[in-house]
Amino acid sequence: MQRIGVFVCWCGSNIAATVDVNAVSEALAHEPGVVFSTNYQYMCSESGQNLIKDAIKEHQLTGVVICSCSPRMHEATFRKTVAAAGLNSYMLEIANIREQCSWIHKDKAEATEKAIILGRAAIAKVQLNAPLTPGTSPVTKRALVIGGGIAGIQTALDIADAGFEVDIVEKQPTIGGKMTQIDKTFPTLDCAACILTPKMVDCAQNEKINIFAYSEVEEVKGFVGSFTVKIKKKARYVDPVKCTGCGECTEKCPMKKIPNEFNLGLDTRRAIYIPFAQAVPKVATIDPDHCNMLKNGKCGLCAKVCSAGAIDYKQKDEIVEREYGAIVVATGYNPIKLDDYDEYAYAQSKDVVSSLEFERLTNAAGPTGGTLLRPSDGKHPHTIVFVQCVGSRCSNEGKGKSYCSKICCMYTAKHAMLTREKYPDTDVYVFYIDVRSPGKNYDEFYRRAVEEYGVHYIKGMVGKVVPRSDGKLLVQASDLLANEQLHIEADMVVLAAAIEPDKSARPLATMLTASMDTNDFFTEAHAKLRPVESPTAGIFLSGACQGPKDIPDTVAQAGAAASKVIGLLAKDKLTGNPCIAHPDEWMCNGCSSCEKVCPYGAISYVDKEFRMPDRTTAIRRVAVVNEAVCQGCGACTVACPSGAMDLKGFSNSQIMAEVDALCKM
Amino acid sequence: MSKFDKEQILRTSGVNVLKCMRCGKCSATCPSYDEMEYHPHQFVYMVEKGEIDKLMQSPSIYKCLSCYACVERCPRGVEPAKVVEAVRLQVIRQQGMNHLTPDDIPALLDEDLPQQAIVTAMRKYSK
Repeated sequence: MQRIGVFVCWCGSNIAATVDVNAVSEALAHEPGVVFSTNYQYMCSESGQNLIKDAIKEHQLTGVVICSCSPRMHEATFRKTVAAAGLNSYMLEIANIREQCSWIHKDKAEATEKAIILGRAAIAKVQLNAPLTPGTSPVTKRALVIGGGIAGIQTALDIADAGFEVDIVEKQPTIGGKMTQIDKTFPTLDCAACILTPKMVDCAQNEKINIFAYSEVEEVKGFVGSFTVKIKKKARYVDPVKCTGCGECTEKCPMKKIPNEFNLGLDTRRAIYIPFAQAVPKVATIDPDHCNMLKNGKCGLCAKVCSAGAIDYKQKDEIVEREYGAIVVATGYNPIKLDDYDEYAYAQSKDVVSSLEFERLTNAAGPTGGTLLRPSDGKHPHTIVFVQCVGSRCSNEGKGKSYCSKICCMYTAKHAMLTREKYPDTDVYVFYIDVRSPGKNYDEFYRRAVEEYGVHYIKGMVGKVVPRSDGKLLVQASDLLANEQLHIEADMVVLAAAIEPDKSARPLATMLTASMDTNDFFTEAHAKLRPVESPTAGIFLSGACQGPKDIPDTVAQAGAAASKVIGLLAKDKLTGNPCIAHPDEWMCNGCSSCEKVCPYGAISYVDKEFRMPDRTTAIRRVAVVNEAVCQGCGACTVACPSGAMDLKGFSNSQIMAEVDALCKM
Repeated sequence: MSKFDKEQILRTSGVNVLKCMRCGKCSATCPSYDEMEYHPHQFVYMVEKGEIDKLMQSPSIYKCLSCYACVERCPRGVEPAKVVEAVRLQVIRQQGMNHLTPDDIPALLDEDLPQQAIVTAMRKYSK
């Protein structure tokens, strides 16, 4: 029989306001095996922990039950506490009477009764606990960063700076991401290319960083410290070592009418192309969907003009397998598609553009060379209407997103300000619901747009945009403060489209077994205290894949993710989880059910010699668990038809004891 | 009295006025805007504040065309036109006029009344 101590936490009023903590500690004191039971205001505080340590020594406790918050919150804390008092840290059980009891109940009598039952279940379990010792596993000292935008670049540079190898996998032909398409950055208005391209070059030149551009992650296996990842290097049909990036091929290619995705289709590119002049790596890529040579074997012009002999029409996709200790997700965002927004005539008029398209139209490296011209007729617009919150802050039943996209208020203020600065004869209207500008020097920036640049900020939404035959766009909108309906004849309308996670994020999350929210943003391990880690060990989050973020926030989070990765890679060995599966070899019938369901490939089978009760020997096929690979998920214990497979710390008998305790009234 | 009216409006319209984020897209899209004393966004807000009497006395309730542009375009799914209809229904019920026959129409006509309002009223109240 164990000597069990029960410690009931008030959690200030979080638990004590809904649960009668005195009644709980009193009731649990009479449970079998319990020799000490008490309650305290903050069990996780230093004095609370000392109370536990003292009780363990004074009452020679062999098992501890703490009725408090979720084990996700403080299990690690209390494991250290009991270990400090000389107990094995796995002789501890936590009954969650906060998240699963006090926070979700209103009636004190009911909540108290439930807390007692939960405590009783934990006591029943700890009766059967056995001391466990965690094993260790090695750490591969290399990180993988998935996504080569500003988030991935910053994370990779920071990890490399600490002396560890980093691979960047980027699905586009060049790294750089969205920031390469941006003209100027708020609130300082420095040029995006001037601050980004040096970082891209740093990545290329850093000997610790290896860039897999035009590549995608195909498969992820393993666990924290030793992931095995298959990377597909898509065929460029150009030898990246031989190609000098001279651009001769892109000038001679006869396929001229392909929409240029870098300029969001506002101009065209060739079938062989380099996305932009500062691309890293600066290597040409052949678009197989449009290349005549690859489609029907006729052309071959690029191969003829390439003096480096880099063109290789026979190049195939290549799979590379690499080992990593940590993986950082930096898959970023995209603006939503606006084709469904008929009221704004986005699909009907070329002069209704998204904010990212407007960014290209004002970019010195864009299709107009930085001169703001209407896409329809190439004339200067004189009246521009900006519409905020297009697809953001919508109810869930509609076509938009329920969240605020966070970056639109600031970039719209930037667009409006820069337009007024460059073209003072242009009238600029911004229709807003709220201007959200919390950030260092952000609100001041927005106020400058209003006060110094004379941008007309109007509280209200645009209801509809009607393209007229004379090329004007008739904008009908609310001015809520004046209680008026406005009719503006505009030359251009710019829509601040909501942003959403990149489409590659969900299949990637499945590969990584990393969790996501309903909007497909990656979930962090703790919203406040662990913002750059996924709940899946060894997976870290950088940038807008975790939620909408501007560049300063992204860079800050990228550095934070890097520091977490460095902390992991700096370790020589990782302490594992001792709660792993183990088979009872006498009960195992060699059916392989467990091997098939194991998501980590931790189970194999061996032929083993057994001495039978009749003193003969028999060779039997039995399961063996690789303790370094097993993550203790328990799938095998459920699949095992003979009940031979069991999970240490969560054995079948322990679970049944808990269920019995829960059902005993 | 006013509180009772507000609950009645919320019940008959089925609208949760608290979903409104005050963007004004309903009024921005309304084709009858210039005809109305109170505009669609004001209907939603005034129902929230319980100012039902003002709405019931306003000719605005007869200027709404029930075109549902505001319902279609509201980003939060508030459905302002249903609020206007609920107020209109409240007035009609109080007048004991929840039935409308073709004979009643000439007395109700005036120059400002849009044709579509009559058609809508006939569709709804003649059964």
